[in-house]
Amino acid sequence: MRLHSIIYRDETKIDANFHERKHIILTKLEGDRLLKYIFKRILLMIPVLFCIIVIVFTLMYIAPGDPALAILGETASQDQIAQIHKEYGLDRPYLVQLSDYIIKLCKGDMGESYTTKSRVVDEIMARYPTTIKLTLSAAVFGLILGVTAGVISAVKQYSALDKTFTMFSLFGVSAPSFWVAMLLVLLLSVKLAWLPPTGTYGIEYWIMPVFTLGLQSSAYIMRMTRTSMLEVVRQDYIRTARAKGQTELKTIIKHAMRNAMLPVFTALGMQICGLLAGTVLVETVFAIPGISKYLIDCVNNKDFPCVQGLVLWIAINCVAINLIVDVVYCFIDPRLKTAYTRSKNKSKSQPAVNTENRGKAGAISG
Amino acid sequence: MARKNSLAKQIWRRLRKNRLAFGCFVILALIIIAAIAAPWILPYGYAKQNMAEALQPPSFKHIFGTDNFGRDLFSRILYGSRYTLVIGFGCATVSAILGIIVGVLAGSNKKVDMLLMRVVDIMMGIPSFTLNLCLVIAMGKNLASLMCAISITHIPVFARIVRVQVMTVSSQEYIEAAVSVGAQKLWIVMKHILPNSYAPIIVLFTFQVVGMVMTAASLSFIGMGIQPPEPEWGVMISAGRTYLRSQWHMAIMPGIALIVITYALNLLGDGLRDALDPRLKQ
Repeated sequence: MRLHSIIYRDETKIDANFHERKHIILTKLEGDRLLKYIFKRILLMIPVLFCIIVIVFTLMYIAPGDPALAILGETASQDQIAQIHKEYGLDRPYLVQLSDYIIKLCKGDMGESYTTKSRVVDEIMARYPTTIKLTLSAAVFGLILGVTAGVISAVKQYSALDKTFTMFSLFGVSAPSFWVAMLLVLLLSVKLAWLPPTGTYGIEYWIMPVFTLGLQSSAYIMRMTRTSMLEVVRQDYIRTARAKGQTELKTIIKHAMRNAMLPVFTALGMQICGLLAGTVLVETVFAIPGISKYLIDCVNNKDFPCVQGLVLWIAINCVAINLIVDVVYCFIDPRLKTAYTRSKNKSKSQPAVNTENRGKAGAISG
Repeated sequence: MARKNSLAKQIWRRLRKNRLAFGCFVILALIIIAAIAAPWILPYGYAKQNMAEALQPPSFKHIFGTDNFGRDLFSRILYGSRYTLVIGFGCATVSAILGIIVGVLAGSNKKVDMLLMRVVDIMMGIPSFTLNLCLVIAMGKNLASLMCAISITHIPVFARIVRVQVMTVSSQEYIEAAVSVGAQKLWIVMKHILPNSYAPIIVLFTFQVVGMVMTAASLSFIGMGIQPPEPEWGVMISAGRTYLRSQWHMAIMPGIALIVITYALNLLGDGLRDALDPRLKQ
């Protein structure tokens, strides 16, 4: 309505810059709607995170093993155990503990570690930069390697290069990262002594962890890129681009890749989340002092506040990454931006998955 | 029944044309037979210790070498394939069945659909590996809870695919025809909807087995799954880490076994996807 009246008013005055101005107004309104969409998505994060908090808290609550025994040792007396329970409030009912935990979380307090007595937030923040650095470098590495290999093998379909890449990517999907990590340590550290096996002191220490972590996601990205590119390359507008005399390189990069990258980009959020979780294995093998290795230590020490805090922190990261990817996707794909901002459809939280499935389903039932 | 047979035959025929995928099928079948027959064909007991022959490299006597307790690695790997296959196929079957039920309900009922979508939202908020880890911590570190955790976390994956399938198939005319002649809901689901949506479920099943096998091995590797001294491959790789410098075979051999299975399953999945894709039908 508002839009209409603005345009209408403008139209009454015959203005030389009319079209330009209309465009500006339209973009501004669209931006408003997009802001609203982002705001809505952030609001939707709250129930999801709440559920995750409840689930994680419940799982840790029912987990076997008494943290008091882990603190005091196996020889602790009944009185000592009871005292520890009282001190940490472990003797209270489940719902009281849960609500207390949630209230504390709202104040940004994740509780205290049982073993070190320091605040869980501090413990996480001290280790978080290492893990996120590892995750993001692996994601960038995987993206570059995967997209390059995928595009090459789609453009040169059935060539020797394509077959090599496909076989290699299948290896990447099939090989567990911790095993690849150990193979690399064996070859590059033990046999050839080129790279240091453990630690995080310099750039050379990061090569193997980033490669190991990125390999699997690069393999997924390559397979997706290849499939998506193969579909796009057969489209009419690619033929048109070639027919009008566009160079092959420009056709592929400017016309084909821009469209073929959309499904790959949608999967990127989940890929980064997977990498974040996958750091558990890589950090264990390469002894990197990140949050994931700390998570395993906490589980072994029955340090449940730490485990809860860490899992929650990973979940917050994951939700945030998915949100960022979805919002950026709106800007990349203008068709989606209008779909997001105009439609009142409920099922918009996973549009790309739905369209992908619909395509698949249609192909099979057709 | 005759129609079902011909469908299976059709897939079989098309799969046999794809030599690579068919080869993988044969390899997998052989591994499964070997795993079933393991107690009778093992050269040594999988738990039999022999300290005199500890940490030996691969030789004719022990083709994969021995571990730090002098146990024959080949026997352990062969016996360990039972864990891998049971976890992979067992969990995939359980979550496929439950996923189909949830998916069908969600595809035909708005309320269940809302609920499923919210569960999917939550599950997308937490990486599946981390969720598996939490579930195993809560239920105890053993085979049963590991399988339980992996099955639970994969139900929504199946349910989502089935849901989309049910929705697509439901809008077809032959379903309308079935409804108009008075067919019951359950009959329509069993006789019309499911047989027409088997293709993506079968393909998804194959790929999910790979994911489950990897998750199980990874969890066991970090000590959050099956515990030593069981001959699970992740546990064996973890044990081999200490001896990586001198006895590489302890960590590398179980990994190769794992890769053979996952690689074969991936290739088979690709082959099945092509075989089931009507666009590629000649």
